[in-house]
Amino acid sequence: MEHIVSARGLVKQFGAYRAVDAVDFDIPRGSCFGFLGPNGAGKTTTLKMMLGLSPQMSGSLEVYGLQVSEQARQIRARTGVVPQADNLDPDFTVIENLKTYASYFGLKPAVVGDRLEALLDFAALQGRRDSKIHTLSGGMKRRLVIARALINQPEMVVLDEPTTGLDPQARHVIWSRLNDLKEQGTTLVLTTHYMEEAERLCDELVIMDQGRILAQGQPAALISCHVEPEVIELRGERSRPLGDVALRHGCRVERLGSSLYCYTDDSAPFVSELKQAEGLTFMHRPAGLEDVFLKLTGRELRD
Amino acid sequence: MNYWQPPRIRIDAIAVWKRNIQVWRKLIGPAVLMNFGEPTLYLLGLGFGLGHFVGEMSGMPYLAFLASGIIASSAMTTATFEGMYSVYTRMDPQRTYEAIMATPLEVDDILAGEMLWCGTKSLFSGIAILLVASMLGVVSGWQALWVLPVVFLIGLCFAGMAMVMSAFATNYDFFNYYFVLAITPMFILCGVFYPIDSLPELAQAAVQLLPLTHAVALTRPLVAGGELTMPLLHIGVLGLYGFVGFYISVALVRKRLLV
Repeated sequence: MEHIVSARGLVKQFGAYRAVDAVDFDIPRGSCFGFLGPNGAGKTTTLKMMLGLSPQMSGSLEVYGLQVSEQARQIRARTGVVPQADNLDPDFTVIENLKTYASYFGLKPAVVGDRLEALLDFAALQGRRDSKIHTLSGGMKRRLVIARALINQPEMVVLDEPTTGLDPQARHVIWSRLNDLKEQGTTLVLTTHYMEEAERLCDELVIMDQGRILAQGQPAALISCHVEPEVIELRGERSRPLGDVALRHGCRVERLGSSLYCYTDDSAPFVSELKQAEGLTFMHRPAGLEDVFLKLTGRELRD
Repeated sequence: MNYWQPPRIRIDAIAVWKRNIQVWRKLIGPAVLMNFGEPTLYLLGLGFGLGHFVGEMSGMPYLAFLASGIIASSAMTTATFEGMYSVYTRMDPQRTYEAIMATPLEVDDILAGEMLWCGTKSLFSGIAILLVASMLGVVSGWQALWVLPVVFLIGLCFAGMAMVMSAFATNYDFFNYYFVLAITPMFILCGVFYPIDSLPELAQAAVQLLPLTHAVALTRPLVAGGELTMPLLHIGVLGLYGFVGFYISVALVRKRLLV
């Protein structure tokens, strides 16, 4: 399969701290590729390096077959970027934001005329075309930022935490728009710490922590490879003595405060025992990406 | 990456200049009021008020002396304000540069466009003052139009230095240092209000190092009449300050934003 991005031994160091530590990855053209990791894992730095906005210390990084260190301008001309924080131009209206952004790509108004209307439709902002940016809701701003990233008809769109801070309705709209883009053949590269987002959108993803890639693959394959298929979660004081019971049933048990997470291939015997305990509430669910993530990166807080 | 690699000047910078002029057009009312209002107040207030007691200075009516100096100092303050407060706003709190840098444009293009825009704003202020001065009858003739490219150059010169300050700044209060230590002293000492040969000798030598002295040396004879002495030297000093400021600001902003 053709790779749109290839990184080998990529390193970024800030003083004594390695933000990205000898990372290798390949992003297949036309796919949705995710970087999943806690804060400070090196996800954003990796994206910035792909755009030539963060000079790499060593290693090789190719985008569209071009060396980033040599041809970042050409790469950015063919790429759309959705930054983590909205940086729409507050001095302009919705439509002016799109027009001005087109001018940074050297696109003439005559060329982008039809494109502007299509992008306003895409962002569902036709009715707000002359609105000032500060009057838009968080979801509208996000949609406009994504539409703005498409003004140059990019082959690849890079999104840094595209739905952070949005309400569920707004997130679902963004997800459906991103799916539309993928269907049209645009490669999507995104960072997120929402497991649901990664599971829904990504064909392939890497889990990063402290500058390293811990695991790589398709979401379902990562789950089956790293954790048992079923989880039983128990909470509260009454769960305390049940850890031993879980172990007796062959579960792998993790504790966090007074909560127990019991991972197992065969939940039936343990669950039937739990059902007999009066007034005990527990949650029985299939394992997900979040379990893989927590297993690989640990449960302690990241700041 | 070598942050000090010489800046490349490309036509792409025009996109940034156009962005700024479009924003300016939206706020044209207060902008034009500022262009005309401030110098008019200076010229009427100081020119007539103080001029009444001073009479002539350097062989010309005080109003003519003042107008031909204020046109240079206004170009200085206009470009300085734009190069500091506006550039810093777009670079830091507003994140406009972050958005622009995700396109093919680079720091070099952004700052070249900003500098060009600062020069343009200085030109607007110069046109306003020239109009007011000619209505007050203190412009010596059509050759005064040559002051307009000079005012543009003065804008570039001070824009470069102001952008260096923006690159260092972490908040707006930082700019007070530059105003108190550089801009205000030049405003007072560089020959806008009185000829520099009335300063003590040591001070006369010192002000020769300051760009506003050379700016006034060009604008005064062009606007009020008189012999233009050593124009290439003055143009060279302004150009050098502007170029060095641009170079340093590009390197510092690269270092600040490309991390």
